[in-house]
Amino acid sequence: MDNLTDMTIAAAREGLRRGEFSATELTEAYLVSIEASNGAINAYVLVTHEIAREMARGADDRLRRGEGRALEGIPLGIKDMFCTRAGITQAGSRILNSFKPSYESTVSSNLWSDGAVMLGKLNMDEFGMGSSNETSCFGPTINPYRIKGTDIPLTAGGSSGGSAAAVAARLCAGALGTDTGGSIRQPGALTGIVGIKPTYGRCSRWGMIAFVSSLDQAGPMARTVRDCAIVLESMAGYDPKDSTSVDMPVPAYESALTGDVKGTRIGIPKEYRLDSMPAEIEQIWQRGIDWLRDAGAEIVDVSLPHTRYALPAYYILAPAESSSNLLRYDGVRYGFRAEGDDIVSMYENTRTIGFGPEVKRRIMIGTYVLSSSFCSDHYLKARKVRTLIHQDFERAFEKVDVLLTPVTPSAAFPLGTSTLDPVRMYHNDIFTVAVNIAGLPAMVVPSGVNADGLPLGLQVIGRAFDEPTLFRVGEVLESAAGPLPRPDVWWR
Amino acid sequence: MAVDGTTIRRIARLAHIAVTDEEVKRLEGELSLILQWCEQLDEVNTDDVPLMNAVIPMEMKRLPDVVDDSDLVSEILSNAPCSEGRFLLVPKVFG
Repeated sequence: MDNLTDMTIAAAREGLRRGEFSATELTEAYLVSIEASNGAINAYVLVTHEIAREMARGADDRLRRGEGRALEGIPLGIKDMFCTRAGITQAGSRILNSFKPSYESTVSSNLWSDGAVMLGKLNMDEFGMGSSNETSCFGPTINPYRIKGTDIPLTAGGSSGGSAAAVAARLCAGALGTDTGGSIRQPGALTGIVGIKPTYGRCSRWGMIAFVSSLDQAGPMARTVRDCAIVLESMAGYDPKDSTSVDMPVPAYESALTGDVKGTRIGIPKEYRLDSMPAEIEQIWQRGIDWLRDAGAEIVDVSLPHTRYALPAYYILAPAESSSNLLRYDGVRYGFRAEGDDIVSMYENTRTIGFGPEVKRRIMIGTYVLSSSFCSDHYLKARKVRTLIHQDFERAFEKVDVLLTPVTPSAAFPLGTSTLDPVRMYHNDIFTVAVNIAGLPAMVVPSGVNADGLPLGLQVIGRAFDEPTLFRVGEVLESAAGPLPRPDVWWR
Repeated sequence: MAVDGTTIRRIARLAHIAVTDEEVKRLEGELSLILQWCEQLDEVNTDDVPLMNAVIPMEMKRLPDVVDDSDLVSEILSNAPCSEGRFLLVPKVFG
């Protein structure tokens, strides 16, 4: 049964329930695939073979008794941002060397309670700080897609690059990612998969390593919109251990997939139409608009006037919060420690050696923001600008049900070419950051390939806690676009 | 407005990160960029704008004031790079 790893979660769920194959067979198929492929793709930083087999056996017992739960026997990969009892958790950083949590993150724990099988931990940019997976202490994940006729390694995006590549290369049925400024949506777009950043507060952040606490949110990454709906339904919910999680019932996301968008109002924000936008992005956006219009949706032009301030606000808020969050890594309680003559030199040696250059750069920026009176006034200002950006979206959502925008300004780029050039940085984040700033849900849907054969995605942004409409519109887009051409298998 | 080397070294001390002369030079440019971000925000009038604290208005939940997690000493120490008995060990704090 070679094609077990090609199945969607929905199809595997059916096959398992009907007894066409066992959870053990499905899990073994993924373990074989990982064994053969991970050397080239570098998506997994840790494969939990024994745990996976044990969980699969448990799932088979339940399935035999007809007691299968929502994700019974479905093999998933977990971004290394989530603390898990199995194996170690390092968030792509040397400073958390050999850290073995004695607890399980709420979100991953919810998946296991629904019967999912853990395959291992997935690669990521160090503490989520990067867009190409190149800041990981485990080396970058490689995109399964290549430019036609070349073998140049391309980025799988970041920070959830390992999750994205694992889903795209069939090394798991679905994966957990996290998104602070676009970390689910950008790698999803670059690898041709679906991912959703839920509304802030929809999923618990407990046990998820903190990057920017007021922006971080966990979300599913999978091959179809339906699969993401299935996994999110399991992940989401109120958690007394996270005071920012919201106590609202979790809708049955899968039943939102009616395939009908007649009369749904789709907003096109004019501020997302950049002067320098590449033609292929412009075209895919227009195609998305046409698909939804053809399906009976109503296209409405809208304006989000404060869009240009989302990035400056992000670049003040994110380093400030993350530098505070990362103060806990001091060599005392866990992880890496470098000795010193006194306690301060121990702290300094530990952090200087333990953190990678990008993380240190952002800690410096954040410490500056919080310690200069000029900047800390602006930290407060940035929080007020968040309100204005949020109000822009609220006003737009009086006229429309969702917004449709590009996700990334380009397809996957070769490793070693990400740059700190502010203009490029600006373009890389512009489509994704405002959503985190406003706390809203947004989904990436694979929408086509460019002339080089590389995937391009589109973003659907929704009202707070209106994930059902996102799934409904996302699925219509997905079926209009049709399945993307699969990459040639060069990695095994 | 720009950030000078003395400021960079002060920030590095606060952040407990050692910086080389070369890094100080590079950070001068990068931190000055942050000032530009700040200045851009000055274009926005935020008088009378409240801080954003949640995506939808909601009351912060209160938890019952009871002990639920306790006596986790061995779990806590299990990841410590250096410990003795029930204590975490650090280099001397007072000269």
